[in-house]
Amino acid sequence: MSTTSPAAIEITGLRKAYARQLVLDGLDLTVPLGTVTALLGANGAGKTTTVSILSTLVPADAGSATVLGHDVRSQPDAVRRLIGLTGQLSAVDPLLTAQENLRLMADLRLLPRSRRRHRVDELLETFGLAAARRTPTQALSGGMRRKLDLAMTLVGDPRVVFLDEPTTGLDPRARRDLWQQVRELVSDGTTVLLTTQYLEEADQLADTVAVLHGGRLVAHDTPAGLKTAHDAGSLDDVFLALTDPEAPSTDQHEEIA
Amino acid sequence: MTAAALTHTAGPTGPTVALRHLLTMARRSLLRMVRYPSLTVLLVVTPIILLLLFVYVFGGAIGAGVAPGVVPGAAGRAAYLDYITPAVLVMTAASIAQSTAISVAMDMTGGVVTRLRAMPVASVAVLGGHVVGALVQTLLASGAVLGVAALLGFRPAADLVGWVALLGFFTLLAVMLTWISVAMGAAAGSVETASNTPMVLLLLPFLSSGFVPVETMPAAVRVFAEHQPFTPVIETIRGLLVGQPAPTSTTIAAVAWCVGLSVLGWWWARRSYRRQRA
Ligand SMILES: Nc1ncnc2c1ncn2[C@@H]1O[C@H](COP(=O)(O)OP(=O)(O)OP(=O)(O)O)[C@@H](O)[C@H]1O
Ligand SMILES: [Mg+2]
Repeated sequence: MSTTSPAAIEITGLRKAYARQLVLDGLDLTVPLGTVTALLGANGAGKTTTVSILSTLVPADAGSATVLGHDVRSQPDAVRRLIGLTGQLSAVDPLLTAQENLRLMADLRLLPRSRRRHRVDELLETFGLAAARRTPTQALSGGMRRKLDLAMTLVGDPRVVFLDEPTTGLDPRARRDLWQQVRELVSDGTTVLLTTQYLEEADQLADTVAVLHGGRLVAHDTPAGLKTAHDAGSLDDVFLALTDPEAPSTDQHEEIA
Repeated sequence: MTAAALTHTAGPTGPTVALRHLLTMARRSLLRMVRYPSLTVLLVVTPIILLLLFVYVFGGAIGAGVAPGVVPGAAGRAAYLDYITPAVLVMTAASIAQSTAISVAMDMTGGVVTRLRAMPVASVAVLGGHVVGALVQTLLASGAVLGVAALLGFRPAADLVGWVALLGFFTLLAVMLTWISVAMGAAAGSVETASNTPMVLLLLPFLSSGFVPVETMPAAVRVFAEHQPFTPVIETIRGLLVGQPAPTSTTIAAVAWCVGLSVLGWWWARRSYRRQRA
């Protein structure tokens, strides 16, 4: 990992248990500024939990997490002003049009009136939603809605963006379109932490890949580095090797008695 | 801290921002009603059907029971229309409260609240937006119901002061019912649950003095009816409508219930919002 660039996200010793189940067991992760990190892991590995803690939705039990230097626990509003979240579930209001959904975000982000119109139009244009601006979003395809979801996240020009499975259910072209948006975002200096089940997505998009298993990171490297280290042709093989439920790398991932 | 240089300028905060956010969320609520007019129509038509049903099917017979000296038939029907109009207005507010609970639950269980909670937006603005939207809907729907009652022959005897008091009290009642239902929606965990729990708000008026005098009920039911919030609430509205204000103690009880339950609903809603399963 580069030590010269400052960290956008800094996680140390993060622990989180739900009811009887330990989800995060001392997670450490650093995401450098202006990079894309893909967080991988099996279903239930704790990807959404990690994103929820970082975006101030859920308190951790122990450990610390900062976003651009602000502690998510003690300075939630400072964090909220700097981040954008596209959650695993759609946050689009189906009864409102694409334009109204974006306008809602612009109002909540307190954009000045003059800037508001411009920003909404710009995002409609960028995400190919201009023709659908007056269509109630329940009439849009799943892919269009997901694009709108991402566009809504970007209204306030967040410095750190969390994308929880942003391309689930999208066709290959829509997925590539969305990758392109993410690349442009990063070229403007935004930091992105994304989770995905499509390992090609991680391969294409991520500067570094972090694999979550047993409540901790079992790997954190560039896609190429991971493939070399595991002598694998694809990230799929790396993923399968690292997340074998029969051979957990740590013995901590068990039910709390 | 590795990124101290990036510390964001705080920007405006405090009550001004919360108010702007509240207005934004209220605007969204109203926009949703405009986009889904069939629901609003349903919410107006249902209490009107209830009114017609009670007056024209049951009214001839029951009317003689609610107003001493009235004979069954047309006179009974007219007496019963006067008697139940306040209860039907309350039912109107309660059924809008039920639909509000459903909207809130949809926000909570979908991704909308997840996103809003990750933004610097106060819970009171998000939840209050639903309350303001429901309030507007309730006042419009109750006006329509009152209009239909007038067409059927209901003649309120309130003077100007009485109307102002009525509007104020009814708004307070609607605020209370809406905060309770917003809380029920926020706590529900599923849209199905959110459509069921507010049924209690629709059933309780039947166990009050809204449809028949409590004196006609069996002892146990009567004790309950006399001590539950809807009885003083409906008596207060009835008194204001007919121009003979209810006893002061009844009005105080009604206002106290409304204020107390509003605060409880607000507290419960905020707590559930903050504990949303993200
Ligand atoms: N609010 C909650 N209450 C109880 N258990 C929870 C809660 N949220 C998550 N969990 C549990 O924590 C574990 C981790 O969940 P999480 O959603 O973080 O996984 P994930 O890696 O995002 O999975 P997926 O790939 O399916 O999205 C799961 O076993 C889940 O059932
Ligand atoms: Mg998940």
